[in-house]
Amino acid sequence: MNIVVCIKQTFDTEAKIVLDSNGKIESNGVNLVINPYDEFAVEEALKIKEKFGGEVTLISMGGARAQESLRTALAMGCDKAVLINDPALENPDEWACAEILAKAVSQIPYDIILAGRIAVDDGSSQVAVRLAEVLNIPSVSCALKLEVEENKATVTREIDGGTELIEVSLPVVITAQKGLNVPRYPTMPGIMKAKKKELKVITLADIGISATDLPIKMCVQKISLPNPRKGGKKIPGEAAEAARELARLLREEAKVL
Amino acid sequence: MAKGIWIIVEQSKLEIRKVSLELISQGRIIADKAGEPLVAVILGKGVTELAQKVTAYGVDKVILVDDDKLAEYTTGAYTSVLNKLIQKEEPQAVLMGNTAIGKDLAPRLAHRLGVGMASDCTGMEYDENSFLAFKRPIYGGKAFAHVATSVRPVLATIRPNTFPLTIPDTARQAVVVNETAAIDAADLRAIVKEIAIAASKRPELIEANVIISGGRGMKGPENYHILEECADVIGAAVGASRAAVDAGWIEQKFQVGQTGKTVSPTLYIACGISGAIQHLAGMGSSKVIVAINKDPEANIFNLADYGIVGDLFEVIPLLTDEFKKLVC
Repeated sequence: MNIVVCIKQTFDTEAKIVLDSNGKIESNGVNLVINPYDEFAVEEALKIKEKFGGEVTLISMGGARAQESLRTALAMGCDKAVLINDPALENPDEWACAEILAKAVSQIPYDIILAGRIAVDDGSSQVAVRLAEVLNIPSVSCALKLEVEENKATVTREIDGGTELIEVSLPVVITAQKGLNVPRYPTMPGIMKAKKKELKVITLADIGISATDLPIKMCVQKISLPNPRKGGKKIPGEAAEAARELARLLREEAKVL
Repeated sequence: MAKGIWIIVEQSKLEIRKVSLELISQGRIIADKAGEPLVAVILGKGVTELAQKVTAYGVDKVILVDDDKLAEYTTGAYTSVLNKLIQKEEPQAVLMGNTAIGKDLAPRLAHRLGVGMASDCTGMEYDENSFLAFKRPIYGGKAFAHVATSVRPVLATIRPNTFPLTIPDTARQAVVVNETAAIDAADLRAIVKEIAIAASKRPELIEANVIISGGRGMKGPENYHILEECADVIGAAVGASRAAVDAGWIEQKFQVGQTGKTVSPTLYIACGISGAIQHLAGMGSSKVIVAINKDPEANIFNLADYGIVGDLFEVIPLLTDEFKKLVC
């Protein structure tokens, strides 16, 4: 079973967001991690490999620092990694990301492609589903449980208010939701081994794409920060008195009850 | 020529999702400004009876696609049907709720059409270039991206509870058009074997008007019943922080935060939640926030509109009693 896992390096979820002098998000000094949902995808790929054998290939797009995240996932047990790093890729939209990943993935044998259900930075939740469309294969979003057989996968996916059981033929793209598994930590021998594993850094030209093949479909015009909320009133008094006053304020002042 | 703004109406067992009606309500406002017709598109089985309801919320036209194969949502069939309809009718914009279905369907459809998409938007309006521009939270709501495109149609999913519902006008008339679905075998590669909807009388977290959430201060799974009792008095949903989920006290589907659900209810009551940045990302756009925490220094008080410093095990049952008095 050959598995491809798409991972993205993102800001730590505890990171504070500030804008630089150009109105862009400041990334200097921010701790970068594997997108938390992609860790579930990595773990699931390793579990499938443990059962069926085969190879787990990581694929990512990003700058040189993204190699750190790929090394971490290699240390967890993945076999090799590809990083698409190209100066033309400063702010690719979701359409472009999917087209590029599809070109790169097409050069790797795959039965299952896994990815996180959302990246915690841009939060767009689009690229994995678009990738399936480019590759003309089915996709199942938000997997909570995955059972793979020779030619098919049975996926329990989260829907609003419950779950859905889906049966789908391979190859397939599956996106991972929290709850799918508990990602392992890299072990010391794993970290040592990861240093010697193949991590190929490629450019767009290497997969036959030129920047002119990537017209912009969606344009970020500006980034803004939310107005900071201010703390309001702390309601004094004994518990019973405070509860009564809170209920009154919610009804009469805030008018939300 | 104006080709319209389309709202893809989501229904389950012929019950229309609230977010779809919110989109029609706001869609009416922007359609009037732009001089565009507003169109509701409903896919499913036996959906004809829904045309009247969506009309009352303000659409000019309803497109119905009624087919046994559309009874349950599948990515393949819904994408195929909508792709063909959009290619034929060429709307300016196609909007849907940022729900489990919207998140799965919209990217696939956008890519088949070769267009851009704005996900999980919390604002939309026509900009100076007459492009429909969207505001969307990024980094879990710690920032906003303002996006627009000249590529048509533009697709977007809109966060539930973003726009208020209009008052339905049952006298309103709309053109109703029945379209047929040409679904082939290739569109049905994923088969839905079973759907399990948890039996709950509480509203769905992402659509709830009021949420009462418990964190580490709940001390254990056995204590969530005090939140549930309070929730049921005011028709609220129950939520949780990551700390409570990671401790195994409550199911992951209840988690609010950057690695859980993003919610924007009218009222969010945070109980025993310290206010980690991760959690604030998921609920910071709530209209009114209440914090109940025994630690007066807890960060949650820095953004709560109302706070009670106290023991939640004492305060919440008292608050439940007060709410009972209000709703009686």
